Amino acid sequence: MTTLGIVLVLALLLVVFGLLFRLQILTSIFSGSSTREVGVSNRVNAILCIVFLVVGGAAFAWSFIDNYDKMNPPIASVHGIATERMFWTTMIILGIVFTLTQVLLFVYSYKYQYKEDRRAFFFPHNNKIEVIWTLIPAIVMAGLVFAGWKEWTRITGPAPKDAVVLEVMGKQFNWLVRYPGRDLKLGVVNYRLIDATNEFGFDLSDQNGIDDFVAPEIHVPKGHPVLLKIRSRDVLHAVYMPHFRVQMYAVPGMPTKFWFTPIKTTDEMRAQTGNPKFNYELACNQICGRGHFAMKLNIVVDEPDDYVAWFAQQKSFSEQNPDVLASFKQKSDKMVEKVSATQAAATVVPVAAKASL
Amino acid sequence: MAANLPTQVQGGIGATQPGVQHDEHAHHDEHEHHEQGFLSKYVFSTDHKYIAKQFLITGIFWAIIGGTLSSLFRLQLGWPDATMEWLKPFLGKWIEAGKLNPEFYLALVTMHGTIMVFFVLTAGLSGTFSNFLIPLQIGARDMASGFMNMLSYWFFFASSVVMFSSLFIETGPAAAGWTIYPPLSALPQAISGSGAGQTLWLVSMALFIVSQLLGGVNYITTVINLRTQGMSMSKLPLTIWSFFLTAILGLLSFPVLFSAALLLIFDRSFGTSFFLSDIYIAGQALPNTGGSPILFQHLFWFLGHPEVYIVIMPAMGMVSEILATNARKPIFGYRAMIGSLLGISLLSFIVWAHHMFVTGMNPFLGSVFMFLTLIIAVPSAVKTFNWLATLWRGNIRFTTAMLFSIGFVSLFIAGGLTGIVLGNAALDIQMHNTYFVVAHFHLVMGSSAFFGLWAGVYHWFPKMFGRMMDEKLGYIHFWLTFIGVYLVFLPMHYVGIAGFPRRYYAWTGFDTFSQFADLNKFISIAAIIAFVGQFIFIFNFFYSIFRGRRATENPWNSTTLEWTTPVEPVHGNWPGAIPAVHRWPYDYSKPGAAEDFIPQTVPYSQTQSSNLPYEREME
Repeated sequence: MTTLGIVLVLALLLVVFGLLFRLQILTSIFSGSSTREVGVSNRVNAILCIVFLVVGGAAFAWSFIDNYDKMNPPIASVHGIATERMFWTTMIILGIVFTLTQVLLFVYSYKYQYKEDRRAFFFPHNNKIEVIWTLIPAIVMAGLVFAGWKEWTRITGPAPKDAVVLEVMGKQFNWLVRYPGRDLKLGVVNYRLIDATNEFGFDLSDQNGIDDFVAPEIHVPKGHPVLLKIRSRDVLHAVYMPHFRVQMYAVPGMPTKFWFTPIKTTDEMRAQTGNPKFNYELACNQICGRGHFAMKLNIVVDEPDDYVAWFAQQKSFSEQNPDVLASFKQKSDKMVEKVSATQAAATVVPVAAKASL
Repeated sequence: MAANLPTQVQGGIGATQPGVQHDEHAHHDEHEHHEQGFLSKYVFSTDHKYIAKQFLITGIFWAIIGGTLSSLFRLQLGWPDATMEWLKPFLGKWIEAGKLNPEFYLALVTMHGTIMVFFVLTAGLSGTFSNFLIPLQIGARDMASGFMNMLSYWFFFASSVVMFSSLFIETGPAAAGWTIYPPLSALPQAISGSGAGQTLWLVSMALFIVSQLLGGVNYITTVINLRTQGMSMSKLPLTIWSFFLTAILGLLSFPVLFSAALLLIFDRSFGTSFFLSDIYIAGQALPNTGGSPILFQHLFWFLGHPEVYIVIMPAMGMVSEILATNARKPIFGYRAMIGSLLGISLLSFIVWAHHMFVTGMNPFLGSVFMFLTLIIAVPSAVKTFNWLATLWRGNIRFTTAMLFSIGFVSLFIAGGLTGIVLGNAALDIQMHNTYFVVAHFHLVMGSSAFFGLWAGVYHWFPKMFGRMMDEKLGYIHFWLTFIGVYLVFLPMHYVGIAGFPRRYYAWTGFDTFSQFADLNKFISIAAIIAFVGQFIFIFNFFYSIFRGRRATENPWNSTTLEWTTPVEPVHGNWPGAIPAVHRWPYDYSKPGAAEDFIPQTVPYSQTQSSNLPYEREME
């Protein structure tokens, strides 16, 4: 019944609108304004152009200033500071060009509105002006390209040898994290070995993987380069860490990487933002299915000492899952000796973690 | 007015192949005397003007669908906690316990993109105006092959039917984003839209590409071969130059998309591994190894990037034409305009990988593409300055088309500038796939191209339907849309700078993305109002077809050839011989001329008072 009512009201509104429209046409025919080539509306539109420029420009400026703080997530990495500076420098240049061209566009529109006694200026081309305004953008662009290229090569250059290494694996719909353990070497993984327990697909016949451990969140030390190794086991994902200005796709079948240096611990950031619940977050930024919007992983930036302590507490995957280890043992008798050897050396862990710094 | 009478050339001799042209002309003359049946006139028409209208009306249909989809997902983004139960009568099972299904949300985003980019702004824009204007503005009776032209529309129609039907199937339409990156688009286990929905998407796109190629070959051939006497390439209106280059871009790039789609079909259906490798999904390790999802992205963007120029260049051409006509001034730097179109066309093929800076592609390749990408800003800047210079010291008449053209320039600047940020690989690390990108391309290719489309419809409506559209409704439509577009997409930059990822069903799970709930609500309200406002245009369009004020032959006092045809051009366009062309299309407000425009058909011998020194020789 209500639906019928709504439909009726809408239909009536349409009829009223149609009648008004018809009336408007008839009056314009009556008043003769429809026959005039350029009517009053020309002036109205010219004025609206200026109104739009002034009101729109003011609204833009106000909203920009009003939202400025909200649109700048605090930066927490070395290269992030550099790219942020470049971003706002570029934005200022663009802002100047934007303002100039928009002002010219609407001021010209207003100023050169139709006047019966005026004739437009026949001005088909002027090579000099054209060369100038081809060269100026070319020079500005060259500067921006050069600055961008320099920064890009630095960011994507090889990671320092002593970088802390960890691996993030994307899957529908969460992230898995593993660390190389005290030998600082990530073991081999194989997607065919993945099952409910062995989510990473550890191949524990590889000696390097025995001490690898998985973690529910990322821990990294402050002030130290971190090399993120990235892989995916099903569809594309992207590691996106807005505070660190880090982004890289996770591609099945093609491991990728990104290195960065965090500069503020989580605690420092909590103090700085005044938000005791602040956490660095890692988001998925490549459409990956139903849970794409919920692929969150927390990142904790520790003081180096805290990081070492945390690292030391972690138990390796093989230790936590003796069944999995046993299944590999059956496959290879040789493994047994080596594993016991590594267990004997378990006390060395904190030292190794320090060495990773 | 005597000076403006079109001079006629007996026999309509063509510029390049007089003999061939003559034969065809004779055939057409004969043809005109036959009464056409209903089917051959309105349905399987080979008349370029009817085909153009078919493209336009199909495009409008798709625009309504695409806009509706965007309103649905804007509801979700603006009010993530609100109940959607009231949409159940329309969306059925996609509303689960009062909530929009997240997979269906992705399907909405995917289909919105696909529909707008391909069905509205490629077929609807270029299909309409290339068809309508090429023969009329170059002085041809019709396209080189009317039959192929008809096929082009009907392939598009078939493609539309397939794509439209995919909206209603049980597993939902394609949902892997309009860029359909595999493996997501290849594996139905990954998302239900990658089942039958994705198959239909691929079939539809294959048909669509056939349609584009049939159309493109025709446009190119027509422009090269069927220009009337005197219509050299340097006398073509900029519209034709832009359609011509657009068709070349399409012809060279769409086949690459076809190959990508074909390989994806192989991966999906025949067990190949072009794009698949090392995948464990739904509790199962797949046998595929050795494929590369990145390869798909290269293939996709090899079309995908030229595609954005396929979308925008026709709009640029029409805007150039409309600005000149209504500023009553020649377009500033005609040759520079052609040069920049050529530059953009060429460069558009070698910038595609700027969509892939952070995909794991070799960083050196990233540097190269950054360099090439930022070069393309130069021809774009030249075009913008030339448009501004065209307005300078003009005598501007604000027709609705003119307003939309000015709006186009404004939006093109606003959206184009942020491309300089995104083309910088170092800055793209943060901005990639955020709302900054969404804001950028919606302004520079989405809204701008739409504004070009509207400008074109308002400007050439009198020639299409023999009647005028209502100006007052047009003004309301323009200002509402123009303000609406800015209200939607300017704040979106803020959201993007804050790092909000695109294609997110909700941001509420992240503290990092919690600060703009109000702004998102604002954007949604603006978007929905702007969309509803489009019905003013739709009313105006259909009302004016039947009841609009009758048009005159040349209502805008324009110089180009289409305005020398009768109010509603007949089959074959000119009842008599095809007029010959004597001058460039921008002789507006020429000093010494009687009127403030001299049509292309007026020989220099009739305008001795206004001829420039070098033109005297041609008297």
